[in-house]
Amino acid sequence: MTSEEPLLAVENLAVKYGPIAAVKDISFEIGRGEIVALLGPNGAGKTSTLNAISGLIESQATSIRFQGVDIRRDRVEARVRKGIALSPEGRQIFGELTVAENLRLGGATRSRSEREESYANVYELFPILWERKEQYAGTLSGGQQQQLAIGRALMSAPQVLLLDEPSLGLAPRIVDVIFDLIALLRERGVTILIVEQNVSRTLEIADRGYVLEGGKVVLSGNSEELQSADADLIGAYLGIGG
Amino acid sequence: MVEVIQQVINALSLGGIYAILGLGLAMVFSIFGLINFAHGELMTIAGYVLFAGLAFGLPFAAATLLAVVAATISAVLMERVAFRPLRGASVPTLLLASLAVSIILKVLFQTLITSRALPIAIPEVLGRSVHIGPVSFPVMQLVAIVVSVLLLLGLNALLKRTTLGIAMRAAATNFPIVRLMGINANRVIVSAFAASGFLAGGAAILWISMRGSVDPMMGLLPMFKAFIAVILGGLGRLSGAVVGGFVLAGIEVTFQVLLPAGLAQYQDAFIFLIVILLLTWRPQGLVGGSDSEKGVKALLRPLVKKAPVQKESVQQS
Repeated sequence: MTSEEPLLAVENLAVKYGPIAAVKDISFEIGRGEIVALLGPNGAGKTSTLNAISGLIESQATSIRFQGVDIRRDRVEARVRKGIALSPEGRQIFGELTVAENLRLGGATRSRSEREESYANVYELFPILWERKEQYAGTLSGGQQQQLAIGRALMSAPQVLLLDEPSLGLAPRIVDVIFDLIALLRERGVTILIVEQNVSRTLEIADRGYVLEGGKVVLSGNSEELQSADADLIGAYLGIGG
Repeated sequence: MVEVIQQVINALSLGGIYAILGLGLAMVFSIFGLINFAHGELMTIAGYVLFAGLAFGLPFAAATLLAVVAATISAVLMERVAFRPLRGASVPTLLLASLAVSIILKVLFQTLITSRALPIAIPEVLGRSVHIGPVSFPVMQLVAIVVSVLLLLGLNALLKRTTLGIAMRAAATNFPIVRLMGINANRVIVSAFAASGFLAGGAAILWISMRGSVDPMMGLLPMFKAFIAVILGGLGRLSGAVVGGFVLAGIEVTFQVLLPAGLAQYQDAFIFLIVILLLTWRPQGLVGGSDSEKGVKALLRPLVKKAPVQKESVQQS
């Protein structure tokens, strides 16, 4: 981590669903331009962490600082306006709207001219969305829907992009396409917090990672360290590591 | 043939009113999860404002405008006062709340205004007929068709061409994700109520122009018909309300024409029998695929997740 203030710093984040604690005192930070991965098995608290940062679910934390400002009291809408965009788990595109309409909503916080810029940017990154722009989003293939979900999140020109399981449920060939795209976003300097179960592919593109298990960080480090700490990783997955 | 054309015009004018009323109901339901039984009272409010406007000497067009604005504002107030505090509540709670609002308003009309019908002078031109060949068309029915079509086109433009309108359509399927686009949830909900009030106001003017009076119970029947139209078309689908409205009017007019005089008093029973048969055949409604969640069953599903209120407390560390 550089000495400058991190773009996003989460301190002692906790998420509870009734009596069940999904996330317990997680702390981490992301610097500008970094790709940071949250890894771990099902139920480790990864999605809850992303949803808490975006404000979709209630959470407790000592602080969630974005660009130096505590955003805990901001609603979802306000956080998007500040520059936090989530591409949610399961894609959650609006199937009954066209591709172009989905993107338009993604850029709802921007002025007309800014939105035109975003369209150009997204259509350049995802040519298939341009080809299908008048098509209903529900008729797209899984991989195309995932591209739309990421494109829609990019429409708001976010400072940080939260990606939740972008490769989930996609054919291996399509997974390659998605990871290539994330690598391209990285080259363009987009800051990304990515949640994935595909550990090896994610560590190839990420700068650093945190391994979650049972709602806690059990391991963290840069990608090389995590790749070489494979044994620990496996241990964490089985619930005996850390 | 002449008779058929006249009955088609009859069905279209009635269907147009059901359609715009139904659309108002469907918009609020699809976004908020509420069947607003007080929708009919928005019509009644428009009726009383129209009466007052005319009594104060306003021209009919100006009084009409005022009435529609009043219905729109009333819908927004209804949301703010009665329904916003109940956001995220269960379906029965919302249904009872809207019934309560409906009953309270009716009682207020009866006690504060009058329980009798107040006559409203309709411009003489609306009572005329135009003759094209052997067919005579009542002007009022033609106006009703034109106004309904204009309102439907206007709403369609709002829903398809503006970001707010697209957000309203999106909110009908996935409300939390609309907020994730940075769109203010309150704005979407209030806009849906405002649009429903506007449509109810428009429908009220057409309804009153056909009957020439306003009374406290005026909104009940059209609201009820619009509700059936929405269910028939497919609850949760906006296009369903339009289709349902015209189909229901078509069934009504068909029975009016075909039923022998002796059975005329059972007309409503026959209409509902057809509606029940149609819903047995397509429980999801006439519009839409096999997704039964969009149909009658949608009424029973737990609705809008707790919308925009959000708490995050500071953890003591």
